Amino acid sequence: MGTTASQLGKDLLSEYQELTFLTKQEILLAHKRYSELLSKEDRNLTSVPMEKVLSLPELKSNPFRKRICHVFSTSDMKDGSLTFEDFLDLLSAFSDSATLEIKSHYAFRIFDFDDDGTLDGGDLEKLVNCLTGKTEDTRLTPEEMRQLISNILEESDIDKDGTVNLSEFQHVISRSPDFVRDG
Amino acid sequence: MAYSVDFNLRPIMELELESLRGDDTAQDSMKGTGLESGSRETLEMEVLTTEGRDRLASQMSDVRERADERSEESIQTNLLVRKRWSTTTLRVLSSMPSRSIGQQSRLEIISQCNIRSTQLRRYHRQTQDVSLSSRPSIRGYGIEADSEDVCEEETKRQELVNNLQSLSAGDRVRLLRATPLSLAEKTKLRKLVFSDKVGQSLLSSQVPCCSLLKRALCHIWFGCLFILSSLQLWQVALKRLGGRFGTGVLSYFLFIRTLLLFNVFLFLINGLFLVLPQAIYPPLHTPSSHRVTGLELFTGTGYLSNSLMFYGYYTNSTINTSCRPDEATAGTGCGTTSDPHMMAYNIPLAYCFTIGITFFITGIVLVYSMSKSFGRSFRVFKSQGNMAIKVFCSWDFKVSKKMSVRMQSENITTQLKELLSEVKGGEEEKGRLSGMAVHLLAWSISLGSTFFCALGIHCFAKYMHLRRLEDAEGEVSVLHEARLLALPGVVSCGNLLLPGLFNLVSWMENFNSPIVRLYVSIFRNLLLKVSILGVLCYHWLGKIAAEPEQHGLQCWESFVGQELYRFLLVDFIFTALYTVFGEFIWKRFSQGVLRRRRKPVFDIARNVLELIYGQTLTWLGLLFTPLLPAVQILKLLLLFHMKKSSLLVNCQASRKPWRASQMSTLFISLLCFPSFLGAIVSVTYTILTIKPSSGCGPFRNLPFMFHSGKQWAQELKSTNHKLAWLNWVHHCLVENPLFLFLLAGVFLMVIYIHTQVLDGQRKTISLLQKQIENEGKDKKFLITSLQAIHEKRQYPLSPSSRPQGSELWRKWSLKGECTYFSLKNTGPLWPKSTNWITGLSLRISALT
Repeated sequence: MGTTASQLGKDLLSEYQELTFLTKQEILLAHKRYSELLSKEDRNLTSVPMEKVLSLPELKSNPFRKRICHVFSTSDMKDGSLTFEDFLDLLSAFSDSATLEIKSHYAFRIFDFDDDGTLDGGDLEKLVNCLTGKTEDTRLTPEEMRQLISNILEESDIDKDGTVNLSEFQHVISRSPDFVRDG
Repeated sequence: MAYSVDFNLRPIMELELESLRGDDTAQDSMKGTGLESGSRETLEMEVLTTEGRDRLASQMSDVRERADERSEESIQTNLLVRKRWSTTTLRVLSSMPSRSIGQQSRLEIISQCNIRSTQLRRYHRQTQDVSLSSRPSIRGYGIEADSEDVCEEETKRQELVNNLQSLSAGDRVRLLRATPLSLAEKTKLRKLVFSDKVGQSLLSSQVPCCSLLKRALCHIWFGCLFILSSLQLWQVALKRLGGRFGTGVLSYFLFIRTLLLFNVFLFLINGLFLVLPQAIYPPLHTPSSHRVTGLELFTGTGYLSNSLMFYGYYTNSTINTSCRPDEATAGTGCGTTSDPHMMAYNIPLAYCFTIGITFFITGIVLVYSMSKSFGRSFRVFKSQGNMAIKVFCSWDFKVSKKMSVRMQSENITTQLKELLSEVKGGEEEKGRLSGMAVHLLAWSISLGSTFFCALGIHCFAKYMHLRRLEDAEGEVSVLHEARLLALPGVVSCGNLLLPGLFNLVSWMENFNSPIVRLYVSIFRNLLLKVSILGVLCYHWLGKIAAEPEQHGLQCWESFVGQELYRFLLVDFIFTALYTVFGEFIWKRFSQGVLRRRRKPVFDIARNVLELIYGQTLTWLGLLFTPLLPAVQILKLLLLFHMKKSSLLVNCQASRKPWRASQMSTLFISLLCFPSFLGAIVSVTYTILTIKPSSGCGPFRNLPFMFHSGKQWAQELKSTNHKLAWLNWVHHCLVENPLFLFLLAGVFLMVIYIHTQVLDGQRKTISLLQKQIENEGKDKKFLITSLQAIHEKRQYPLSPSSRPQGSELWRKWSLKGECTYFSLKNTGPLWPKSTNWITGLSLRISALT
């Protein structure tokens, strides 16, 4: 695939350009960053382990960093390691020009902590805990958490099955102007 | 109480689901090893035991739940997940189309993409109106639910490839790009889709040259687009700022960029149509012997007052293209040539039209961007869903600095808590009376200070003007010129100090919700700026322009232009000083002396209002100082770099909650409503009702500025009969109110139709929502029935006595309670009961 080669092939580059929302410069830059991640390790590896990816300054303090790696990883081991193509996928989804649909799809999968295809109470709780941080004073009390989750479900669970599925999630998000910008 | 129930149930659900998934993946990975039969057995055993365990656990939790059930009955019966399903039901649940988004979702995504491509194709066919016969059949997606079927995936993929191949290349790429598959998957698809390209490339050697041309044009177009996108101003700097401070601060810098673009537009139009012609054919001026002191750069007097910068320099001549420059300088004689075949360039007319058109286009762009921004941030439909939006969308993935991440978490927590307390309602409102008193005091302080500030500026302006009249009789000295800067200095001082006072007051008020505090502070600041500008406009247009001779002014337009120029400059200087002293020195001071670790906060609202103030000055001055946008461009460029470096060195992210898009909507509307509208009203007032000074400028010897258009139209009628219709158009459009009425009527009708359409859509949406809810009920009913049948088969001991549906649940849980109690009370029953459970689960495996 040429992921470990120092230079990307021209065909490959144009293919990546076609399939992602990144420009040529951005792909080359991504490749540079990726090979930097890889350079300390064995050059023959095809994927970068999750710990390395998490050490990127862009991800270092993001509370969702592990989820991001897991969602974009295609490795069979489910260890969150990223190949170069996964890495490009990640960057493409987070780039400014990605569509709302792509962004909401990946956001949904990032928020779906147990990977069961819906956001249920547990996922929502984990999500809120990620948002509010680890410290004691920012955490919500159990009572507040219960109230919050039941409110969220009431607002966004249209078919009233107790979980938020992808289309309901996208429906909520489509009403939020901040999303495309922030996602 | 219900919360604890939640917790008890969670692990069970997870366990069951995990066992399910573990089952699948384990089977997948074992397939190649040849140990299939043995491993399958052990796996089955595993499933059975977990099932037994979860049955037991569910019984146990059941008992605990019974205690709470009376209070939480509604929630418990409403939600599907709260119930304990058997593994089979769970399997059905997890493979429902709405939920299969996890690992086995490729199939679903592909079929989605498939459907979309068909729609696109159909659309194209409709537009082309060609009916092709080879239309691959698309049938029943999502009905076959078994996602492990590799064969089916292959056929679907093949269909997708077929569909994609019938699209144009651009559409193919676009569809592929917008599909949420992994890149490796997409590469595979792409190879398949573009495999027919080999055949096409042979054909393409004979394509007609027009399509080649088209392709070349496309190439050029994309090249241009690329260059444009790389020209995006300050891309890197903005990314960096966003990463450090979040979208709130970013919106300030984006606002600077928007203003910069506005000013570049103003500058280009003015420069091309007004300044350039006049610069090529400069008027004959007596060379004045001004000393160059450098102070002119700040005051705009001296040699600057007789330059292209200000109104007074422009002539009322008509430039003729046949004129030589040397002839043109010989006075206005050249402009009076009555050669009908020669196109003449009438400077007053150009002045009038350029200003009018720039305002018109700016207004349209502003209204358009405001409406777009409104549409984005306040959706038409009900605003409920606040909490879900907050939780799903409030994380700013741009932020990467550790400190800012922590700040963001804190922010989100406060906002969530705020929302929760709002929902709960019934807040304790103690000390309401004293709170009212404090609010009253705060408002009277802020309004009073605003009023006194405006009054003070009015008196000071009057006083300074009197002083200037006295000075005018004597010798012009540097000191006198420097005195011109006193009024702008005082105004900027007020602009700088009063917001500090407002901050102090709002700190005293101690608002509960930060968003209210923000709006109040914006409102107060805005009121201050509006009243200051109002007083100044009254001073300039109502006093000075009304009787310029009394004030000893040859050319009042130039004087007002100079004043505005000075205001803009001094405002910039004060902002720079504030940045240095208020931010840099204060940070040093507070960190060094007070030993506080907090850095000063970047106050977005205040900074943006300052920008709006500056822009209003520019718009006001456009008529009197055509080159003022250039000054504003320079100012904004400097400001951007100054604020950026100050921010990176001195400040920390704001602790105030900041909804970036709603705030930018607010800013754009503030820019539009008081700022632009005020400017346009005063400029129109000037053009329509104030007599231009007779000694200078393009409109000398005219009663009002707008007469230049009228005069031109009449002249045109008499000199050039071919263009007489222009006169008629002018008459109809400008002087006849009927046209305006018609326009307004059409506008109102369009608005009415749109509201009607919107109303209809709203009704449709509510109907659809009701339908979805009903479908949800159906789903629940079906799942419950499925479970009931399942259980009937599972426990054939008492099949007849069990009622259907939700009634069954209550009965069954009662039964569970009994078994639990029997288990608990009689210890030795344990092994027996486990036997019973394994027996049951064996029967389940026979079922499944």
